[in-house]
Amino acid sequence: MLSFIAQRLFQSVLVMLTVALIAFSMFRYVGDPVASMVGQDTTPEQRAQLREQLGLDDPFVVQYAHFVINAVQGDFGMSYRHRRPVSDLLEERMPATLELSFVSAVMALALGIPMGIYTALKRHGVLSKAFMAISLAGISLPTFLIGILLILFFGVQLRWLPSFGRGDVVSLGWWTTGFLTKSGWLALIMPAITLALFQMTLIMRLVRAEMLEVLRADFIKFARARGLPERLINFRHALKNTMVPVITISGLQLGSIIAFAIITETVFQWPGMGLLFIQAISMVDIPVMAAYLVLIAFMFVVINLVVDLLYFAVDPRLRVQSK
Amino acid sequence: MALLNIEDIRIEFPSRRGTLVAVDGVSLSLEKGEILGVVGESGAGKSTIGNAVIGLLEAPGRLAGGSVLLNGERIDTLTPAQKRKVRGRRIGMIFQDPLTSLDPLQTVESQLVETMLVHLDLTHDAAKKRAVQLLAQVGIDQPELRVQQYPHQFSGGMRQRVVIALALCCEPEVIIADEPTTALDVSIQAQILDLLRKLCREEQVGMIIITHDMGVIADVTDRVAVLYRGKLVEQGPTAKILGDPDHAYTRSLISAVPRPDIKLKRFPLVTYIESVRTPAQPLDLATHWLGQRRDFGKRTDGPLVQARDLSMRFVLKSAFLKRNQRTLDAVKRVNLSIGEGEVFGLVGESGSGKSTVARLISGLYTPSEGSVTFGGTDLTALKGEKELNPFRRQIQMIFQDPFSSLNPRMRVLDIVAEPIRFHKLASSEAETRRIVADLLDVVGLADRAAERFPHEFSGGQRQRICIARALATRPRFLICDEPTSALDVSIQAQILNLLKDLQEELGLTMLFISHDLPVIRQMCDRVGVMRHGELLEVAETESLFEHPQHPYSQHLLGLMPRLQSMSREGLDVVG
Amino acid sequence: MIARIAPFFTRAADSDLWHSFKRSPGAIIAAIVTLVIVLGALFAPLVAPHNPFDLASLSIMDANTPPAWEEGGSPDFLLGTDDQGRDILSAVMYGSRVSLLVGFASVLFSMVLGVTLGLISGYAGGRVDSFIMRIADVQLSFPAILVALLIDGVARGLLPRDMHDQLALYVLIFAIGISGWVQYARTVRGSTLVERNKEYVQAAKLIGIGPITILRRHILPNVMGPVLVIATIHLAIAIITEATLSFLGVGVPPTAPSLGTLIRIGNSYLFSGMWWISIFPGIALVALVLSVNLLGDWLRDALNPKLR
Repeated sequence: MLSFIAQRLFQSVLVMLTVALIAFSMFRYVGDPVASMVGQDTTPEQRAQLREQLGLDDPFVVQYAHFVINAVQGDFGMSYRHRRPVSDLLEERMPATLELSFVSAVMALALGIPMGIYTALKRHGVLSKAFMAISLAGISLPTFLIGILLILFFGVQLRWLPSFGRGDVVSLGWWTTGFLTKSGWLALIMPAITLALFQMTLIMRLVRAEMLEVLRADFIKFARARGLPERLINFRHALKNTMVPVITISGLQLGSIIAFAIITETVFQWPGMGLLFIQAISMVDIPVMAAYLVLIAFMFVVINLVVDLLYFAVDPRLRVQSK
Repeated sequence: MALLNIEDIRIEFPSRRGTLVAVDGVSLSLEKGEILGVVGESGAGKSTIGNAVIGLLEAPGRLAGGSVLLNGERIDTLTPAQKRKVRGRRIGMIFQDPLTSLDPLQTVESQLVETMLVHLDLTHDAAKKRAVQLLAQVGIDQPELRVQQYPHQFSGGMRQRVVIALALCCEPEVIIADEPTTALDVSIQAQILDLLRKLCREEQVGMIIITHDMGVIADVTDRVAVLYRGKLVEQGPTAKILGDPDHAYTRSLISAVPRPDIKLKRFPLVTYIESVRTPAQPLDLATHWLGQRRDFGKRTDGPLVQARDLSMRFVLKSAFLKRNQRTLDAVKRVNLSIGEGEVFGLVGESGSGKSTVARLISGLYTPSEGSVTFGGTDLTALKGEKELNPFRRQIQMIFQDPFSSLNPRMRVLDIVAEPIRFHKLASSEAETRRIVADLLDVVGLADRAAERFPHEFSGGQRQRICIARALATRPRFLICDEPTSALDVSIQAQILNLLKDLQEELGLTMLFISHDLPVIRQMCDRVGVMRHGELLEVAETESLFEHPQHPYSQHLLGLMPRLQSMSREGLDVVG
Repeated sequence: MIARIAPFFTRAADSDLWHSFKRSPGAIIAAIVTLVIVLGALFAPLVAPHNPFDLASLSIMDANTPPAWEEGGSPDFLLGTDDQGRDILSAVMYGSRVSLLVGFASVLFSMVLGVTLGLISGYAGGRVDSFIMRIADVQLSFPAILVALLIDGVARGLLPRDMHDQLALYVLIFAIGISGWVQYARTVRGSTLVERNKEYVQAAKLIGIGPITILRRHILPNVMGPVLVIATIHLAIAIITEATLSFLGVGVPPTAPSLGTLIRIGNSYLFSGMWWISIFPGIALVALVLSVNLLGDWLRDALNPKLR
């Protein structure tokens, strides 16, 4: 078991280093760092000085190593556009994105899994067909469109919920939270639904498909042949076996919530990392792009690691070697 | 009054193409403590009957007529909830594949206990104690320890014992076993059958064993029912049915079973099942494609095929450090030689390495050590396809699974023509088609077959297509890797006859691989016995069967089904 | 020639696929809707009442006209006009064209790349397999949309402004294509691993046939089934991704607006009551994606023998 964890950790580190390499290459070779940082009337000598300061003439490997060391400490240099350290910008924006993602993920799982199980077990019921119709809508409506429609309806027509921003926030150390205020929660509702709908649908369909597959397995047939009641078969045997593949894919899906937040934040003007990233793209603010890349990859890798460990805990075939 | 009475049942499967009648008017009866065998080939409907009795017919199947009575009460008209109570408690069921019958995520104990708690009035602790007792009863060592383990920690035979324990745990009156030993090794099979017989007598349960294997029938059953295409053909005491069958189908079925104790010149022509086309013209080597321009190359004295110190090591888990690697020695220093025109048999259980040897000799695998010589040339020393090319024409192979040996998306014509086109053996497309038609004719298929796709043919017919493909390059040496193991007994007889005929007419050298000793006896001149990658004994066939030298050979021969009592009517015996 | 094709049609008509299609009202409606949109898009220059991108034909007088059935509407502009006087109906048709083009092209690119890599990876095994799968794993550390955004962003940084606009469409197709190949590769690799061990492949090897021919003739036709199902799902995702990127302003160039761009343009007018500028492109987009999804669902069920 220990070797398994060690192996996965090793792989994760490799992945992170590769990502860092890509980020660094972007950083260094896309556009000219010096030109982006200085004004028009900087003299060539000043530019050369800056180059040396930034270490831009050192060999590739050295620069890469510097980049990695800095990145590990959270230092990604200065944003071209905002002229502030990237890490500061990220720190400001991270709580907004993480809170939104967290609430959406919980929503997607809490609704998606039960709906998936229900539609698998009661395939031909009326409610199942309704769920399947909703799911079809869920994967056919682009996230931004859902956002727009929600704003149009609840924000403009009914005026129940705020269309923009995060509401009032409370500072806890460097973290700002919207969980502690009523306006914070109100502002969270529409963006969270927007973000969660797509993921919830995917999870629901996944759970349904896997469960249907498991219900066709031989050991289910044998359980029936032993006269076990359907409830026992569905919830002890079928469900547990369904969860194993569902865990892996759900993990990946939830990771992508953080990325899809980009869209939601843009529609709702939610002050998170995603909005920052989009602005960085249109203004070619490379340090921000690179930093965001590394950060997202890191979160993804951590999620994957957690998922792998969960997998390990659930499936005895991995824990104990077969004869 | 019989324990279980199946009266005149009819099972239908409605579909949009019409209704398929799977079982029509079958009546069976089973007494307490008796073992009834239900035998038939694929499509006979035997498994369907088993499923119908316990009420688990797969949709859209339904019981359209007749009745099923357990101890006098009708169980086919019960409500689903009542049927559920019958399942497991009064009728237990055992399926074929122990690997997939158990929930991989639950311990053996939890699966046993949950079944008992559903049907019996026991406390949790009492159920756990009984679980341990059951494991002991089915012959599992250290039951207190093993009851806590997961299914994947048991070997195949042990797993089937667990399945049997699960079927028995609620003390049913009847057990239905659907091909209980088909997925197991020969030596394990015998053990499981012994266990079933013992339990049946001890617990006084009635048992129905559904199988296609005559050996199983002869071994354990008291009475047997023969099914053919959903109809009951004959029923009676085993000795009578096997020794002196009444119905023509039963007679032909029995005559097709390879015998361990006698050698036949040919298998009898079983025309009851598939009609066999005799070739349009008898095979005249002078004019036929197969006889022309045989590529003999250098004809050497001595054996045609020789394997020296042949070894194969597979890496199971590669790792950075050599010592962490896990390897498997599939073949260990095998030495054998096959003379021109000889049929050499290789026999062993699964995992013995015989298939690996076949692939090594054919050139599909490269040996880790040792060499393969063909007609004097060392094949293993050749480099690259170019040098191997002429030998590709001379060595061909027929595989075991007729369902995966043909590309499902290619027409039969293209399948058989592929080697001809690749080696440019014909001068025009028209000639290629003519050759393919001839080849199909030789193996007993109409030339209309060339336009069809593999899925339109039965298993036996597909195997014929494989033979036609193998012969297309006019090989000198044909390797047959379990060519009939996946086929019904009667079809097997036809294919073996075909192979025998072709071998004689074309003077082919053959390496014949099988786990089935009686088949080996019918087909081969000399035999090699393998176990765990080692070649233990090589002898003339008759010598091996009469006087086996190696203890393992004796053990294998002892495991052969005792079919001496079977009727020998219609058999063409040698000597 | 006819003699060879005719049996194909009779076989197709009799096949379970067609039969299940006929019985599925969802599939039929989806097919019709998709057909209408595709035809409208393909023949836009011929069928559209106006050309919304021909600056000469625009008149600011027509701006902000509501749809024909509302007060102030005009039958000339069935679905109304935007702030520049462009006809919404025509804009939707031309926009669908761009959306479909990018969608199909990126799926095609993904499929070719993914299937090829999957075949090579599955058949060759060993180091090659490990290497390709490692790259796949790294790429899977990012959600697809992020990959697309990144490539787009990098291209923006690397190319000078005017060249970027010209190439933007290709960059977009490339970006979305690259973000999607992994699914195909993994599935094909899995199927290849299975088929590789099948006996008909071994028989081909015994004949002496080389690996490329084996891949092409034997393995490829037998692994394509699941690929088609993935492709339909992927088409829906690709269309949505393009729309999203265009909505965010980093997708298609302004010279070739897609449905996403149109929605973005109209977004700022939503609150002033001119809903039609965003909503009609939105409806078209949803209709398209919904139909593709329905067809994909039906295809998956129809091709799955176990569900029958």
